[in-house]
Parts: sequence; structure tokens; C-alpha cells
Amino acid sequence: MQFAKFVVTRIIAYILVIWIGITVVFFVPRFMPSDPVEAMLGRIMTRGAYMEAEQVEAMRATLTQAFGLEGTLAEQYFGFFQRTFVTREFGPSLSMFPTPVNELIGRALPWTLALLLSSTIIAWIVGNAIGLLAGYKSRWISSRTLEIIAIFVYPIPYYITALILIILFIHINPIFPLFFSVQGEAWSWEFVSSAVYNSVLPALSIVIVGFGWWVLSMKALSSSISEEDFVYFAKLKGAGEGRIMTAYVLRNAILPQVTVLALQIGAIFNGALITEILFSYPGLGTMTYNAVLQADYNLLMGTITISIIAVATSTLIIDLLYPFFDPRIRQR
Amino acid sequence: MRNSNPRLRVGIVILAAFILLGGILPFFSPEDPRAWIRHPRNLPPSAEHLLGTTNLGQDTFWLLSYATQNSLFIGVFVAFFATLIGVFAGLAAGFLGGVPDRIITLFADVFIVVPSLPILILMSSLLQGRASLVLISIILILFNWPWPARQMRSIALSMRERQFVNTARFSGSGTFTILAEEIAPHIFSWAMANFVNTVLVAIATESGLAVIGLSSLEEATLGTMIYWALQHQALLGQRWWWIGSPVVAIIVLFICLFLLSTGIANLSAERRGHGDA
Repeated sequence: MQFAKFVVTRIIAYILVIWIGITVVFFVPRFMPSDPVEAMLGRIMTRGAYMEAEQVEAMRATLTQAFGLEGTLAEQYFGFFQRTFVTREFGPSLSMFPTPVNELIGRALPWTLALLLSSTIIAWIVGNAIGLLAGYKSRWISSRTLEIIAIFVYPIPYYITALILIILFIHINPIFPLFFSVQGEAWSWEFVSSAVYNSVLPALSIVIVGFGWWVLSMKALSSSISEEDFVYFAKLKGAGEGRIMTAYVLRNAILPQVTVLALQIGAIFNGALITEILFSYPGLGTMTYNAVLQADYNLLMGTITISIIAVATSTLIIDLLYPFFDPRIRQR
Repeated sequence: MRNSNPRLRVGIVILAAFILLGGILPFFSPEDPRAWIRHPRNLPPSAEHLLGTTNLGQDTFWLLSYATQNSLFIGVFVAFFATLIGVFAGLAAGFLGGVPDRIITLFADVFIVVPSLPILILMSSLLQGRASLVLISIILILFNWPWPARQMRSIALSMRERQFVNTARFSGSGTFTILAEEIAPHIFSWAMANFVNTVLVAIATESGLAVIGLSSLEEATLGTMIYWALQHQALLGQRWWWIGSPVVAIIVLFICLFLLSTGIANLSAERRGHGDA
């Protein structure tokens, strides 16, 4: 019963997050002081494209339709949702005409997911493992040194870490390539190895920042749990160090860490967007950025909508994994 | 305050340096640091130009001081209103309970999960670099009130059942008096820690937007300094003073703010430990 209730509330929250997110995206262009259609037209013209009067008119009509600015506000609003969820059609890309936006996003999304998932999972597991050890053995000198390092690393934003890595390993010691370039046929050895080689720095910059937070929070949690009576009892009972650390301390400390991970996905995604742009990594972030630079409104709406859905979905998946860590919800 | 809180002390010392750099020095600047071609370009540091000059002929030191001022302004502005709204929304949710509580909690949770950056990018792209710092700050407030609200709500829930609140209520104090005299002192230090932390988050988000050229390009912040340096190939040209100054400033400022916010939190935990027991 408890489990069913848990799943239902999470799914309701999921639907609400997407609904409110998309509603905000819908209203942003409508609350801008300038007319978005004219603004976009202006940008397209300043890029030097010469257009006849009737071409400008056609472009204006296309943009009005792309922004969903036809009809009453209510009609626009329902049209917007229908386009997002029923037909799932964002139209053709304006800068890479006539490639559909869906196809471009389909190309970029796997890159973003791969980068985000691998770096977040690595940071979470390694950070929590080190935090657990540091909290359980809080008297060790290495534990304290580690905490100090984490304090200095955690507050630094993703893009600063990315810039420092770029300066150190691309400009001063050119170990990694200046431009992101993947060679070879899809899924050949050459392809995979060059993709991994090019992704090391972007992933590392995300891992370093996340790592600091997980170490700090896990250390605080596990050092307070280590002083609980049941841990003391386990020691008296003669349970081994390793067993106390995993079965007694870790099992209790890991629960809040799963909850926090679900809450942090949005922030991690924000950070990864800028990291992608700085490394010109071929994911959603870089694509969103190019869409902005080239005034490709269809593509921009598509990437932003997909970003919100992707973040909400990852949060839901982590939430649904929670019962595997917490037997109290699972068993009843 | 005993000597047991080194984080707070280190944080205060660094913060004082930043207030000097961003709060006081800009008023003594000999020129408008944003103006181009005031000086020879790409000079190394010297007595005349402490951090050298940029490729655009600006004095890096005065530009940094000016940018620090704007970044601090955004941080304080956003943190003040986000904390204020968050504290009141959280207290209302915790004390009123029922439907208001559900609605506030729901909105807080949703705004925590919705990624703010894509929405900010959409906005700035429509404003084409003319987004004012105040407008960006308002959007940041929208995404930053839920954290204090969630925390405040749980504090309010536990407060509602505490002994001293009931004592005050039975001795005839009104709700407002209880809030002002009994509860406010408890949440003040917590709100301070949250305030400092939000300053950090707000500056980080604005700079992030600025680094990719989507904040206000007419103003100078620590982020737009990095943007211009990147745009003018400071990395390829190995002009480390230009790109390095804002990067180092951001790192030191953020470590300082983090030390301050955890320092304040530790201090209030210590006080509670000694005071209430």
C-alpha cells in the first residue's frame, strides 16, 4: 500500500513539474517587452540574409506559427501542449533548414545523457565512498585533509572548473584536443576511443564539482551516525569494521543522499549545459547555444522543452529507485 | 564568539577584501573601466596597471573592481528577496498547514526540479543581450526562494510543537508577538546562512549565463569579463592576467561565501547546544 501511494505521488509530481515548466516556457516570450517575432526577424536580417518583401512576410507568418502566436491565448496554450505532447513536432530547424528539429535533438540527446549519467554516477559513488570512510574514521589525518580539499572544491561552479581544465590541459599542456572531434564510423573502435578521449575533460569538470559536495555531506552524515547507540552496540557485539561501516552506517546515511541526488539533477544539468558549450561538446547544451546564436527559434523551443522533460524524467527515475535503498517503503 | 570557528573568521577577512574591491574602490576609479582603448593593449602587470590591460585597452584591475561591484549587487539583491520570500512562504506553510501548505510545498518542489538555465537562456535570447541586471535578478529570485521555503517549513513544523511556543501562547501572546519574539531569533541565524549561500548561487548563475554571453553585455560582471576574454582569444594568446583575474576572483569569492555560510550555521548550532540545554 505504502509503495503504491509513494509511486502515485511521485508520478503526480512528475506531471506537475513538466506542466509548470512548459507553462513557464510558453509564457516567457509573451511577457517580453519586445515582440518576439519582430526581434527574431531583426536578428535574421542583421545576419545579412537578403530577403524580398514577400519573403519577409512569409518568414513573419512562419515565425508567428512557430511561436504559436495565432488565435486567442487559450487556443495558443492548448496548441502548444498538443504540439509538445501529442504530435511531438517542433517543425524544421531554421538554421539547418529543412532538417527537422526532432532529428537534431535525437542526435544530441544521447551525448548529453552519456556525459551527465556517467559523470554524475562516478561523482556520487566515489564521493560517497570517500565521505563514508572520512566520516567513519574522522580522526584520521587523511580524512581531515580530504575534507579541506572538498571545502575548497565544492563552491566552485562548473564552468570555472571547466575553464581551469581547459587552461591547464589544452593550452599549457596540450594533452587534450582544442576542438571536439570524433572520428570513424559509428560504434567502431576508433569512434568509441576518440569519443571517450574527447569527453574526458568535460566529464572530469562535472565529476570534480559534484565530488566535493558528496564527500562533505556524506562525511557529516556518517560521522553523526557512527556515534549512534546501535553502532556502539554492533561494536560490542563484535561485528567487523567493514560490516559496521556498510550494513550499519552506510545503509542509514545513503537515504538522504539519494533524495538530494534527485533534487540536484536540475542544478547538475544547468552546470553541464555551460560545460558542454565551453568544450563544444555535441550535446543539448551546445545545440541550445547555437540555436540562440543563429536565432533558430524552432530548435531553441525544442531543446528547452526536451531539457525540462529530460530533467523531470531523471528525477522521477531516481525517486522510483528510492525504495530499493529504503526497505520501509518496499516491504509494506 | 570563541576561537572555535576558524571558517567564519577566514570568511569575514576575505569578504572584507571583496567589499573593499567591489564596494569602495569603484568610486575612486580614475576612468570608466568599461570604455575601450583607454590604454595600450595587452600590457603585462606594472605599477601603473596592477593587473595589466586587456586586448580592448581597458585596465584589468579597475575593470575587475567594477565587475565585482555588479556581481555583488546581483548576489545581495537576489539573496535578500529570495530569502525574504522563502522565509515567509515557509513559515506560512508550516504554521497554516492544510491547503496553503500543500500549494506552497508543491510550487517549491516544482521550482527546485525545473532547470532554470534553459529558461534564462530563452529569455536572454529574446532580449538579445539587453537584459538588465535587475530583470535577470528577478528571474533568479523566482528560482531561489524554494530552498529557504522548504527548510523554513520544516523548522516551523517543529517549532509549532515546542514547549516555549505553547507557553507563550497560553500566557496570552498573539500570533504575531510569538513570531516576532519567540521564533524570529531562532530562525535569524539560519536565514543568515541561507542568505550568504544564495548570494553564492545567484552570482554563480549570473556569471554562468554571462560566460556564454547571455547576460547583460552592456554591463561588466565577473562573468562578462570572462566572456570578453574568451571572445578575444585570451586563451590562445596566453593572456593569463586578463582571463585569470576574474577566474581567481570568482574562486576566492565563492570559497569565502561558502566558509561564511557554513561558519554561521556552525555558530548557531554551537549556540543552540550551549544556550538551550
